[in-house]
Amino acid sequence: MSAVVTEIRARRPDATTQQPVQREHIELRIGGMTCAHCPPAIEKAAAVVPGVISASVNPSTKVARIDYDSAWTKITDILHAIRSVGYTVGTATMRVPIKNMHCGSCLTRIELGLQMVPGVISARASLETNAADVEYQPEKVDFPAVRKAIESAGYHVAEPKIEPNAEVLDPAEAANEQEYRTLMRKFWFAAAVSIPVMALSYPDLVPGLRDWMPMGSETRRMVWSLLGVISLPVMVWAGSQFFTGMWDALKHRAANMHTLIAIGISAAFAYSVVTVAWPQFFPRMALAEVFWDVTDVVVALVVLGLALEIKAKGRTSQAIKKLIGLQAKTARVLRDGTERDIPVEEVLVDDTVVVRPGEKIAVDGEVTAGASAVDESMITGESIPVEKQVGDEVIGGTLNKTGSFKFKATKVGKDTALATIIRMVKDAQGSKAPIQRVVDTVSAYFVPAVMILAILAFIAWYNFGPEPRLVYATIVLVTTLIIACPCALGLATPTSLTVGIGKGAENGILIRSGDALQASEKLNAVILDKTGTITKGEPALTDVVVTQGNTEADVLRLTASLERGSEHPLGEAIVKGADARGLKLSDAEGFAAIPGHGVGGRIDGREVLFGNAKLMRDRGIAIDMLQKDWERLAEEGKTPMYVGIDGKAAGLVAVADTVKPDSKAAIDALKALGIEVVMLTGDNERTGRAIARQVGIERVLAEVLPNDKAHEVQKLQLEGKAVGMVGDGVNDAPALAQADVGFAIGTGTDVAIEASDVTLIKGSLVGVVTAIEISRATMRNVRQNLVGAFGYNSLGIPVAMGVLYPFIGLLLSPLIAAAAMAFSSVTVVTNANRLRLFQPRRTAS
Amino acid sequence: MTPDRWIVTVTGLALIGFIAWFFWLKRSTGFRASDISGGYQEAMILVKGGYTPDTIIVQSGRPVRLNFRREETATCSDKVIFADFQKSADLPTGQTVSVELLPKSPGEFGFGCPMGMFRGKLVVE
Repeated sequence: MSAVVTEIRARRPDATTQQPVQREHIELRIGGMTCAHCPPAIEKAAAVVPGVISASVNPSTKVARIDYDSAWTKITDILHAIRSVGYTVGTATMRVPIKNMHCGSCLTRIELGLQMVPGVISARASLETNAADVEYQPEKVDFPAVRKAIESAGYHVAEPKIEPNAEVLDPAEAANEQEYRTLMRKFWFAAAVSIPVMALSYPDLVPGLRDWMPMGSETRRMVWSLLGVISLPVMVWAGSQFFTGMWDALKHRAANMHTLIAIGISAAFAYSVVTVAWPQFFPRMALAEVFWDVTDVVVALVVLGLALEIKAKGRTSQAIKKLIGLQAKTARVLRDGTERDIPVEEVLVDDTVVVRPGEKIAVDGEVTAGASAVDESMITGESIPVEKQVGDEVIGGTLNKTGSFKFKATKVGKDTALATIIRMVKDAQGSKAPIQRVVDTVSAYFVPAVMILAILAFIAWYNFGPEPRLVYATIVLVTTLIIACPCALGLATPTSLTVGIGKGAENGILIRSGDALQASEKLNAVILDKTGTITKGEPALTDVVVTQGNTEADVLRLTASLERGSEHPLGEAIVKGADARGLKLSDAEGFAAIPGHGVGGRIDGREVLFGNAKLMRDRGIAIDMLQKDWERLAEEGKTPMYVGIDGKAAGLVAVADTVKPDSKAAIDALKALGIEVVMLTGDNERTGRAIARQVGIERVLAEVLPNDKAHEVQKLQLEGKAVGMVGDGVNDAPALAQADVGFAIGTGTDVAIEASDVTLIKGSLVGVVTAIEISRATMRNVRQNLVGAFGYNSLGIPVAMGVLYPFIGLLLSPLIAAAAMAFSSVTVVTNANRLRLFQPRRTAS
Repeated sequence: MTPDRWIVTVTGLALIGFIAWFFWLKRSTGFRASDISGGYQEAMILVKGGYTPDTIIVQSGRPVRLNFRREETATCSDKVIFADFQKSADLPTGQTVSVELLPKSPGEFGFGCPMGMFRGKLVVE
């Protein structure tokens, strides 16, 4: 490193030349740094950039500090150098709308002005958007600085609004809305044309018309020609997307729904044109029929179907829209001693944020002053507000209820729990369930196969069908092409998945992928880690037993007063327990810890000893009368300890890791779902069994070393079970990864737990039940959709081809085929939307 | 069989043969992603009736950035999914959306729209 620096110094103009050294430094957050040898690689990459004076990377904070000569190098060069060795460098972008920007030279002036701001990496202004896109280092640049730069270049910022680059949903939604309106306009037009065309296309069926325009007459030909003229815009304008869609696909040698509809409607149209233009082409007048009505009605119905599908599909992603809506817009930050409202994008790590009652918490952080109750239901699904005190974590996007408090921002921007959740849910909604692979294979062959079937049907009807053969063959060809609905097949899985995964997010359950969702459905055994999963993971006071002549309150008060001096976690539990019972503690004199045995001291003039049996015996205190109670408590998995007061046995105080309040209900619910529940613990058999009895688990795997947890999961898998593992995601990572589905119990803002397939944001086992219920409901919905879509196509296509005609004389009209096709895909999406009504049944705790 | 029947049958069968050849027996040549100075392998993909190019060749172990630009309004293609990478992106019409991936091992990885009508392939060497 030092050799490299020396070499660069030699290449850099030094202070003796005319150009002065403009020494600057920048701190860059580096992403993708996972290994020990990363820092040297980054340092080396940055150091070889001409003009860089020194570069050092702190592997724990993942921040690179680079000193450079700004006269000699640009930040962009440094960024490129770091990216070229495979790391990402955290930068942010904002779009600033600018007024009075009219010409090309304006753009250059704005861009140059912005690039002068230290920390701005690149700036690009555009007349199309009337805005400048600025890439910047959030640590160095804030919005006021950008505005100042633009104003000093002589322009005005249109509105003080910042669009974070993460928001891509809104433009998509706007495009969908636009598409919907266009489709509806096309529908109304096609529908309006369809009515007269349908009425006049079948004159032989209407007595008055039959006489007015008899078969073969010039009047009939004229009327039909007129119908063709008004049908042409229906096909060319209202049906335009079918032709452009077909053409775009054909260029890729692919076929889709548009191909089928386009061929169908143009075949019907072409036949009709021949009828009116060259009637002599047909040997008999009965053959000379027009199918303008087919073209018009098919276009109207299919276009309506597409429009309804857009509306229904929009609803499937409502859950994610809700999450995005949770993001706070502004934050009240304490800077230079004053409170300032700033856009949430400008909040930095370590900023102090002030929150008043009823306000949204802007970013993730840790409470530094004040206390309040916070409604976290939108993130965790837990409806009861959570008490927050100094040192507690708060989650961005949650709602402050009662008090005011200040917190220090720990995660901002894309790192917040909410942003992570949104990203994870989006990724999961975009993933594919294994069941989808079958559908993908089918849909790759589907459309060409339908075209082939339609041609086969045409040949068969032309060769063997009844007269007029050509008319029948054409109807069958058109009907077959139109009834086939690849959309229903393609929509079946993804729409249900989107709704199901969104439903999970609403209940504080992050299902990471379609794979995880499908695997959760099949689970028939769940392994629960004891500590921290079934239990709270921290000891609490459970029992106080006293000998004759002592009161519980007295014994507990003295023990807790004594333990106040100790730093042992068990002692803390006892002090908390005494506080909870409202006991007033005193100060201990002459406190002494007797290592391995217990503690002793003098409180309110009484000699108190607290510890194990050996301590008592050593001090000559008889404890025989407490022996039975001690054994009973130990049998229950608790840790009982003796209390001696003034040389006599006074009682027992027991602490234990207690079961979470809703664990038993959750385990009962799992069993009701037909799932075997197994408990895994590193503790001894007796403690494990005691907890298992409380929550109703029969199978306990005790004394399992942390490294063997994954092995235990595997053993259960070898019994032929699909195993879910529930653990804390840190110590249990290998076991979570080994399991068919790994459920990580999250706490607070740490939601991106790598090894897990499912993350339960609320640290409750009920989430496992809800996750399995959601997966079952979703997969059931997917199957309904697939059965519906496959069934529809495999029934509809043969019927359209006329296989029933020889037996019962049934032949579908193309008009009915169009209606069926249009509504089959709408039905699939509507069925998926039904999942939104899903309510977790067993979450009442 | 009358001559017109012969004509219809033969033409129809020929059409079937053409459809099978045209749609199923296609070979696509891959497009090699270009290296950019940022260390990424980058390719621009047009989304219109399909992906152009639809086969992207990249090298393993180095980040890949695929810039999708959708120039149609059909709802099918409003999302692109890389199932093997667990990644997806919304593609609003007329915008360029980047998808960044890090292929760790060689192989062929498909991508496509949620309904599987649009398909592409990422070939990792």
